[in-house]
Amino acid sequence: MSSFKTNRRQFIKLIGVGGAVFASGLPGVRRAFGGPKSRNAAEDFFFVQLSDTHWGFSGPPNPEAENTLKEAVARVNALPQAADFIVFTGDLTHTTDDAAVRRKRMAEFKEIVSGLKVKTRYYMPGEHDASLDAGKAFQEGFGRTHYSFDHKGVHFSVLDNVSDPEAKLGDAQIDWLRGDLKGVPADAPVVIFTHRPLFDLAPQWDWATKDGAKAIDLLGHWKHVTVFYGHIHQEHHQMTGDIAHHAAKSLIFPLPAPMSVAKKAPVAWDPEHPRRGLGFREITASGPERALALKEDSMEGGK
Amino acid sequence: MTRAASAVLAILLWGWAPSATAGKPERVIHITAKRFEFAPATIELKVGEPVILELSSLDRKHGFAAPDLHINAVIQPGKPTRVRLVPDRAGTFEFHCSVFCGSGHEDMTGQLVVRP
Repeated sequence: MSSFKTNRRQFIKLIGVGGAVFASGLPGVRRAFGGPKSRNAAEDFFFVQLSDTHWGFSGPPNPEAENTLKEAVARVNALPQAADFIVFTGDLTHTTDDAAVRRKRMAEFKEIVSGLKVKTRYYMPGEHDASLDAGKAFQEGFGRTHYSFDHKGVHFSVLDNVSDPEAKLGDAQIDWLRGDLKGVPADAPVVIFTHRPLFDLAPQWDWATKDGAKAIDLLGHWKHVTVFYGHIHQEHHQMTGDIAHHAAKSLIFPLPAPMSVAKKAPVAWDPEHPRRGLGFREITASGPERALALKEDSMEGGK
Repeated sequence: MTRAASAVLAILLWGWAPSATAGKPERVIHITAKRFEFAPATIELKVGEPVILELSSLDRKHGFAAPDLHINAVIQPGKPTRVRLVPDRAGTFEFHCSVFCGSGHEDMTGQLVVRP
């Protein structure tokens, strides 16, 4: 335990060289959620977020698409310490009209990520996985599209804003979230995983959830909420009220900053820097407050 | 209300539309949607001219979203959706399909060009 703390703190201090860190506030939390205070609830831990792997994609934005996910698995396996769990925030596979190909891609994806040493893994769909069949193939391969779990004093809720192709959570899921959080104290840390941004980051680019404001309004009751999502293929940090929203890099190709160009299109592949803009994220929860620290890992140059 | 939202008055008309407003008939503009394009993709309008966009799908469910105008309509196959607009400011307003429809969904876009 002490070794973990020491190593993680050293690691966070060192990230200025190879990545960026972002402290996501869960300040002032005096009591961790999860029932009776246990040793588990007090332990520091970290997890890894991987996003937008788009297995099955081929095209000029990433001519080496067959390798990128496998390299990411190797990079995560090479971390000096094992994460408690790994979460994939959607678009595991690239879309296809062919239901058989969709299932084949999902099976191949599962086979590749089975090489991860960390065996506790959580999945959710992106629109590429689920919007053409209302999540049917995803559920066959990975289970439910919205659910929750608790881990060492933090409550995690996974939201599905893609199985409805109109990019909606739907009232039934929002009611489910309300019930899911019912027993969570207002000052307890809550982490939300989802694919699309819940807020209107750039509706002109389809970077929004049609009824995301309903979820944000609901979550406003809790004082320390952090949302991790994907979809936009780049790191992005924004607050809505007290809620922190963090988008992750993709593992297929980067997209431009919101509304920074006339037309949204993948950033052109650079053969000199074939992994530029690709990466994953480590999130450490520490202290009784469960303060979150983010470390952004680049796939470029083996850093 | 934002500046963009005040630029154009948009009203969704589900399955019907008046043929005219007081003294000024509405021009009906037919727009088809199919994977992965709108036709026409560029629609020219004039400030102050009321129009109805009649949106029809040729294949599957699509969407027609122009967020700067606060328009986000669903287009069901076999059931045209009508959107009434009265542009009150010149400009170019992007629209896109807001119902994920496959690998070319991201390219299913167009423009409303409002002339003075």
